[in-house]
Amino acid sequence: MSESEFYGVGFPYNPIKELPGKLIVLEGTDGVGRSTQIQLLRNWLETNGYAVSDTGLRRSPMTQPGLNAARSGHTMGRLTMNLFYATDFADRLENQIIPALKAGFFVLSDRYFYSIMARDIVRGADLQWARKIYGFALKPDLVFYLKTDVPTLVSRMVHGRGFNYWEAGMDIRCADNLYDNFCNYQGKLIEQYDLLSKEYGFIEVDSTKSVNLVFDDLRRKIRDLIKMD
Amino acid sequence: MNKNDCKGKLIVVEGIDGSGKSTQIDLLNKWLQSQGRSVYFSEWNSSDLVKSTTRFAKDEKAFTPTTFSLLQATDFSDRWENYIFPMLQAGAIVLADRYAFTAFARDVSRGVDPTWVRDLYSFALQPDLVLYFRVPLDIAVERILSGRAKIKYYEAGMDLGLSDNKVTSFRLFQQKIVDEYEKMVDEFNFTVIDGSLPVQQQQKLLRSYVRKNLIGWKGLPNPTARSHQRRIQAPLTPGESS
Repeated sequence: MSESEFYGVGFPYNPIKELPGKLIVLEGTDGVGRSTQIQLLRNWLETNGYAVSDTGLRRSPMTQPGLNAARSGHTMGRLTMNLFYATDFADRLENQIIPALKAGFFVLSDRYFYSIMARDIVRGADLQWARKIYGFALKPDLVFYLKTDVPTLVSRMVHGRGFNYWEAGMDIRCADNLYDNFCNYQGKLIEQYDLLSKEYGFIEVDSTKSVNLVFDDLRRKIRDLIKMD
Repeated sequence: MNKNDCKGKLIVVEGIDGSGKSTQIDLLNKWLQSQGRSVYFSEWNSSDLVKSTTRFAKDEKAFTPTTFSLLQATDFSDRWENYIFPMLQAGAIVLADRYAFTAFARDVSRGVDPTWVRDLYSFALQPDLVLYFRVPLDIAVERILSGRAKIKYYEAGMDLGLSDNKVTSFRLFQQKIVDEYEKMVDEFNFTVIDGSLPVQQQQKLLRSYVRKNLIGWKGLPNPTARSHQRRIQAPLTPGESS
């Protein structure tokens, strides 16, 4: 990233000239294997002598306890949830991601604001509004979209962590049980990711393939990026 | 901002620290309640959901202008979604001590983009009445300095690095905020109140503005204000058996 670019106004009080690092985002719905790939990428990059920093949704030390507490209750409205996540995102961007990029690190981000948008739009939010709010977001160097389908997700959940309230979108009940709600909700999320993918130019990767094949795809693109400099 | 087309009325007070707005809205609240009105009062930065995060960030001085703005918007939106908006829909008078305009004034003074922060709050409705307390900076500063033990870090705008001296920084920061408020007088149709007038005189003015605003408006009856209800004899709806 030679010249930093934002989707909107960025941080007017803190202009950024140059960010020698690379920002790489892995997007996709729950259970597509993002964290596995990030772990693999980190090892690979570090082995090749690149410094790596990773981050993901809800990891801001400022908002984490409050946001987790809010998630365990049931009074958090849609707008409030979106803004709380936006605060988490902004904090990590300003205090973690940008400083790491300044220092020349590779930053691997397990999801970015696109996921917050997708989830919010499924809940009836105004896409225009969300686009404006995230005008402070930095444009990543690469955004990988780990694409999947509902049957694959279901099988991952069964063999993984099971079904949970938020991943099933139970706060916007479309069905009277966890399983049907999960399928319905994740299906809608995937539709939104597909739309965002077109709008923001994600690199689509078929995540129903084996872990190693997905990893090969990611590595190839990252190698191209590094060569470009 | 979209017009408030709910049944309820939204009345807000704005102004810098020490402008006397909290005293005035408190008196207004008591007056409206004594009239048997259904009133809901909401204060800036008072959501329980966000409280612990705000405290942490203030203690650790962890805010940037953007995260400060976003977290206060989260606080506002929590109060909006759970209280202010449903109360307006139900037909209550909602009194707010500070509203989105506080964010527009303070956050822009901190350096965030004016359009961005206005977009952030675009879900909030334009109040029926915005009472803006205009007061000379010296009077406001004097009120704050004599009334409180210590000005806090963010209150003084110390994060802007305007001055190492808290009082100097506070003055400079408040002046920036005043400048932003003044730009909004026309933009958001503020009703300006001279905050240097005696308290009682200001309250008289406030009540006349509010009275004017409530002309022809029925509002929601207050079931607990029985003495008042007895005075007003509600006519029986035709067809209703007694």
